Amino acid sequence: MIKQRPHIDSSSDPDSTGAATQRVMQLLEGVPDPEVPVLNIIDLGIVREIELIPPAGVIVVITPTYTGCPAMDVISMNIRMTLGSNGYAPVDIRTTLSPPWTTEWMSEAAKQKLEAFGIAPPNSAQSVCHLDLFQAEEAVRCPRCHSYHTGLISRFGSTACKALYRCNDCKESFDYFKCH
Amino acid sequence: METSLFNYLLHLGDNALILGHRNSEWCGHGPVLEQDIALTNIALDLIGQARLFYQYAAALKGGPVTEDSLAYFRDVYDFRNCLLVEQPNGDWAHTVLRQFFFSSYQYDLYTALQHSADTQIGSIAAKALKEVTYHLRWSGEWVVRLGDGTGESKDRMRAAINDLWMFTGELFKPAPYEKTLLANGISVPAEPLKGEWEGRLQKIFEEADLEIPPAPAFQSGGKTGAHSEYLGYILAELQFLQRAYPGSTW
Repeated sequence: MIKQRPHIDSSSDPDSTGAATQRVMQLLEGVPDPEVPVLNIIDLGIVREIELIPPAGVIVVITPTYTGCPAMDVISMNIRMTLGSNGYAPVDIRTTLSPPWTTEWMSEAAKQKLEAFGIAPPNSAQSVCHLDLFQAEEAVRCPRCHSYHTGLISRFGSTACKALYRCNDCKESFDYFKCH
Repeated sequence: METSLFNYLLHLGDNALILGHRNSEWCGHGPVLEQDIALTNIALDLIGQARLFYQYAAALKGGPVTEDSLAYFRDVYDFRNCLLVEQPNGDWAHTVLRQFFFSSYQYDLYTALQHSADTQIGSIAAKALKEVTYHLRWSGEWVVRLGDGTGESKDRMRAAINDLWMFTGELFKPAPYEKTLLANGISVPAEPLKGEWEGRLQKIFEEADLEIPPAPAFQSGGKTGAHSEYLGYILAELQFLQRAYPGSTW
């Protein structure tokens, strides 16, 4: 299930087709996630709303992936710079927590990009979001050799959103974009 | 009511900040790289939660108050965290047991707070709950691994239980501001939380072959500002830079 597209308030769009808001979307597709630069913030599903405030203002509502995600400040700054340098002013960036972000907000295209980049994308059916101890994630596929013969090294990885896995066939370790 | 809400937000934020800071003290000192990373990740989640509560408290207070002034410019008596989270890291057994005691409490607390009459608290709780689920599983697994491990690991876990048990009662002893907010449906009743916590403890200690101490868990005071000596030392390190160079930024 993909929840990904941001809500667009087209009543604020001077063009009845919503083209002006689409243009903001396209610009935001040029803003990368600083920690996983292969994804942009639209792919990641953290842009919740876009609203144009005529003549040139825009409100962008974003949501964090994790409460402590240190990338949020950088993302806000990059949105501001991208939209500002394309003539938008004022750029008002707001944060919402609800509904909480989950990996279901990530697009299929994003998952393919992750795998091509060497990060195993989140499984579409999450199996280990509950409390039972010593659970093993079902079949995480190695992004290099595509083997399912893999095992967990550490539930916590290089960033809050990733766990560390090892492939038992090609022997490479890799990041898994974990259950959230 | 507003003072109670402000105090409650500080309490929730301070719990997260102080435990986050304690965990961050392990950075570079973990027993193996993966567990060092695990603890710093947990620290980051907790500090993220603290920020959300402080941002809300600052907005409520208005004026010059910010999330940073709340973290860096309050003294010991103004902190509202429970005593458990400020206890020293000790050895690995103390650190993982402290995390397990606290995460197990926080899990049920946030589960209940999702339905708080205060929707902002509800949103923060719902957001953070998924992270707490990770912390609880990770720390619970360590309690089992050490308790049901070697003679040495079991002894260490027993020593940690002996040292930390007395601070667990405070988690379920409501402070005046919690009682006030209970009437408004903003905070949540402590008794059901205690029942859930004890049930989980029993299950995991059984699996870990550890005994629950019969002694009463009597220490309290942190929630109303009466702290152990440790908090002053934590703040001396945590606040030094902003005290010495107020307002400095990266």
